[in-house]
Amino acid sequence: MESNKTVITIRNLVKTFPMGNREFTALNGINLSFAKGEFSGLVGPSGSGKTTLLNIIGTLDSPTEGEAIVLGDSVGELSQKKAANLRNMKIGFVFQTFNLLPVYSTFENVEFPLLLQKMSAANRKKSVMDALDWVGLTDKAKSRPAQMSGGECQRVAIARAIVKKPEIVLADEPTANLDAENSHNILKTMEKLNQSLGTTFLFATHDEKVIGYLKRIIKLVDGKVASDEIFAKK
Amino acid sequence: MITFKLAFRNLVGAGLRTWLNVFVLSLSYVVIIYMNGMLDGWNVQAKSDMMNWDTGQGQLWQKNYDPSDPFTLQDSFDPIPADFNTMIGEGKIAPVLVTMASFYPEGRIQSILLKGIPENQKVIELPTASMTADSSSIPGLVGKRMAEANKIKKGDVITIRWRDRNGTFDAADVLITAIFETNVPTVDGGQIWIPLSRLQKMMQLPGEATLFIRGKSDWPSFGKDQWIVKDLKSLTADIDQVIKAKSVSTSILYLILLLLAMLAIFDTQVLSIFRRQREIGTQIALGMTRGQVVRLFTLEGAMNGVLAALLAAVYGIPFLASQAKYGIPMPKASNSMGMAIAEKIFPVYSVGLVVVTICFVMLTALVVSYIPARRIAKMNPTEAIKGKIQ
Ligand SMILES: Nc1ncnc2c1ncn2[C@@H]1O[C@H](COP(=O)(O)OP(=O)(O)OP(=O)(O)O)[C@@H](O)[C@H]1O
Ligand SMILES: [Mg+2]
Repeated sequence: MESNKTVITIRNLVKTFPMGNREFTALNGINLSFAKGEFSGLVGPSGSGKTTLLNIIGTLDSPTEGEAIVLGDSVGELSQKKAANLRNMKIGFVFQTFNLLPVYSTFENVEFPLLLQKMSAANRKKSVMDALDWVGLTDKAKSRPAQMSGGECQRVAIARAIVKKPEIVLADEPTANLDAENSHNILKTMEKLNQSLGTTFLFATHDEKVIGYLKRIIKLVDGKVASDEIFAKK
Repeated sequence: MITFKLAFRNLVGAGLRTWLNVFVLSLSYVVIIYMNGMLDGWNVQAKSDMMNWDTGQGQLWQKNYDPSDPFTLQDSFDPIPADFNTMIGEGKIAPVLVTMASFYPEGRIQSILLKGIPENQKVIELPTASMTADSSSIPGLVGKRMAEANKIKKGDVITIRWRDRNGTFDAADVLITAIFETNVPTVDGGQIWIPLSRLQKMMQLPGEATLFIRGKSDWPSFGKDQWIVKDLKSLTADIDQVIKAKSVSTSILYLILLLLAMLAIFDTQVLSIFRRQREIGTQIALGMTRGQVVRLFTLEGAMNGVLAALLAAVYGIPFLASQAKYGIPMPKASNSMGMAIAEKIFPVYSVGLVVVTICFVMLTALVVSYIPARRIAKMNPTEAIKGKIQ
């Protein structure tokens, strides 16, 4: 991607959690920025703060100190309603545990963010079917999550994340519950989306398979950035 | 609107659990309406029975007459006003003379009321026309309750003793010419009806009466100093009282039922808020505000009330309608309740009753759903997504 527009800027970010009567520092002075269209990942040992950082970028949590500016808005200063709106319109989430809504069909799960956007029924239907086409699940539109394999569920989750054509997709360990074949499958899907729609992807992962696809790898250790490498290769 | 749609999807998706709650809740609709309908039906029926058998369309009482105090009877008569005679002749007004007497069933002595009423009266259903006998004995009527309590059969001769207006004791035989069946105890228990003319003669009170019962026509003119008008409302006030007392006790019953239903919803909602925390976290991640999620869960619980109303309509309307058509058989024991109870009660359902019941149940469902849903607002979405909250 040629565009150099910055979509995420993180400055001197500190995040602490109360632990008994002491404080635990999960993120300690993070400085990072991501341009539109990046396909990058946070790696590092368990407990290094990957999920915490992703949650802050996703406006689900707020910084203790410093700031995280996402698509022009400072996360800690957004009202609840504005944050919800930002997540609804511009940020897609993919979780390790898929987190599909169990009583909804595939179609209804993917449709959910569009319902919140109050999109018309006709447009919703078209967008959902396009998204399902992207992940290759048009024939499972009526299935419930319980009737599908883990790989299929994660593809539904990806369709749900991209159906609204978000600016940013945040994926926390998206392959941790998948076998190798399914992992490659969904990674290829995401890569394809990244290239054709210019969506910015940010992963948090331990998985070597995922790391192989990343174009930028940020290593976190003990809540700090230990290394930040860009790979020019494909 | 979208919350509504989502709530509906969630409920239908939850399947059996939803239907169990909905079923229990629908029962409370039907039972509340049924019980109240029965009480209303009873009220209507008791009043109409009472009008048909006792009060007519209204009464006129001699000023001293007090049915709750038999000792007033010796002063409770006055000459029948002259203007009444035509209508009495036509049976449109029934003069009644009441006095205390005693009789001796199976060797016991028992106080009763002796009531005189014209044979030709048409204002109450008492079969007065069957009071016929030759002049040697006095024809008399008793109700079934009175007959059963004292082993009286049709054709029996009963010796009665009374005091006339001068306080002199006298005795005579009454031939029971008919036993009538009524739901109205006030014309049945502890009393014998005989022709008015005979009682007047026995009491040495020719042309006098204690009270008058009228049909549809108004009272002719009468002396306001001797007679007091009793309208239907005051004559049937006892029924309202009894029904009110009954409705308090039935209310307790259906409150318990409603409480059970609400507990089921409350329980389901509390459970689901913990079990579904990952779902809640996900919904927030997908762009719902906490307020929206709280509303969604509240609505979801409250929609139990809506679905229950629909279900209640499905089986409740045919059930309630058939009860209204064929009546509810009442146990014999209820005869001793001290007020008119028919063998069958036809429930009456008013629009107000149905509307109030529906609003009441819905409101309660809304409240018990809202209380657990409030907790969602306090949830940390990042924890909820992982399903970690205990
Ligand atoms: N809500 C919280 N309260 C207290 N401590 C927390 C909370 N969330 C995270 N932590 C702590 O912050 C640290 C970073 O957690 P985080 O989940 O970001 O790690 P991670 O890099 O994603 O690890 P993993 O690879 O195991 O997913 C951990 O030590 C964790 O225990
Ligand atoms: Mg993590």
